Amino acid sequence: MSWLDTLIHVLIILAQSLGLLVGLLIVIAYLLLADRKIWAAVQMRRGPNVVGPFGLFQSFADLLKFVLKEPVIPSGANKVAFLLAPLVTCVLALAAWVVIPLADGWVVADLNLGTLYIFAISSLGVYGIIMGGWASNSKYPFLAALRSAAQMVSYEVSIGFVIVTVLMCAGSLQLSKIVEAQDTSLGLFGWYWLPLLPMFVIFYVSALAETNRPPFDLVEAESELVAGFMTEYGSTPYLLFMLGEYVAIVTMCALATIMFLGGWLSPIPFAPFTWVPGIVWFLLKVCFMFFLFAMAKAIVPRYRYDQLMRLGWKVFLPISLVAVIVVASVLFFTGNAPQ
Amino acid sequence: MRLDQTARAFFLTELVSGFMLAMRYFFAPKSTINYPFEKNPISPRFRGEHALRRYPNGEERCIACKLCEAICPAQAITIEAGPRRNDGTRRTTRYDIDMVKCIYCGFCQEACPVDAIVEGPNFEFATETREELYYDKEKLLANGDRWEREIARSIAADAPYR
Repeated sequence: MSWLDTLIHVLIILAQSLGLLVGLLIVIAYLLLADRKIWAAVQMRRGPNVVGPFGLFQSFADLLKFVLKEPVIPSGANKVAFLLAPLVTCVLALAAWVVIPLADGWVVADLNLGTLYIFAISSLGVYGIIMGGWASNSKYPFLAALRSAAQMVSYEVSIGFVIVTVLMCAGSLQLSKIVEAQDTSLGLFGWYWLPLLPMFVIFYVSALAETNRPPFDLVEAESELVAGFMTEYGSTPYLLFMLGEYVAIVTMCALATIMFLGGWLSPIPFAPFTWVPGIVWFLLKVCFMFFLFAMAKAIVPRYRYDQLMRLGWKVFLPISLVAVIVVASVLFFTGNAPQ
Repeated sequence: MRLDQTARAFFLTELVSGFMLAMRYFFAPKSTINYPFEKNPISPRFRGEHALRRYPNGEERCIACKLCEAICPAQAITIEAGPRRNDGTRRTTRYDIDMVKCIYCGFCQEACPVDAIVEGPNFEFATETREELYYDKEKLLANGDRWEREIARSIAADAPYR
């Protein structure tokens, strides 16, 4: 009967993954709309409001538009790499979600090295961009891909150290354990954002850079590089790139939620609030993080490339390195280090 | 100075104040209008799509003097004239405006001695093909019939200033 058990187990995981995928894509469709609406509101515009009530179907109309367009492949491009690049970006971005706990126990694969897995997957995301830039066989995409590679690599370093401080406090690489470690009687104030506030800020800024969001969108830099590594892309391949980008952004929001904002935990740890399902709190927190991301896009002008590198290597890296030492020392000398 | 700058950078004061400012704008009333459903008021002097007007008795105003054709800086207007068959009055047999060439300067309506060619208030005449923008006399007269009320009101409103 063991093979039947395995089969059922695999089918259950498949169903879970499919459910997660559909839910995630719908949430992203609306976050994309929210992004545009927030940006518009800050600029005192209305934003998309024609397709459906309040423009609620705008993302789906865009999806149709992209899918129905003719894909153009430049004759000088390496066809296989050209078409593989958006797939790589999109699939890798989606793959990160298997380890993210949406609520207590609501996770497809609760890896005990979940953090490391997410980190590895998001590092691989840069390959999609490099492949796309190189395979296009055109100078702007190529330059943008080089920029992007350098940018993502430099900010991953500081993100890594920020995560190390959280891991030292939580004592586990398992994402659900990290959330459980923040479950104290203090509620909102027991989460790691307060004791690790500088780390939270660094994580937020690095996540912006890591996902190529403005003010660090040198990869796209629509006013200088046309559309960066995506210049030669259109139609569905472009859609996949955009989707991958937004999935990566939401992944980072979810990661920030889990690491610093207590994941599915209720901000006020007593009766009426703890009855609310964890998924609601998780979604609210992800939306809050996404709002911060969208606002950064609306208010901060784009960094110059040397400023970007200076911030990454000369400011964030030393600060996060010192923070690792400080956090480790405090935990060790106060005897609060998790066993 | 440097310390001051560093402190401000470290505590993200600029980011926070920028965020506050953005939130003020976020809840501010929108400065854009909901275009296809809402439109801005336009001046009586607005120079939009052309129209050939008629007198209230249905007689067309144009007397084929060709002043508009002569003054048109873009040479977008083409007129051919001749005596009309039933009463022998001088009329246009052909009155074409190439709306692609037209620069909407309004010289034609200024030159017209009988207020026949005017630029009306309509600016929503985009077409799918270029050919549809080569207006002939029939189309211009139809425009005149369609927009006569708005055009007459604009001319009356602007009259004291001329």
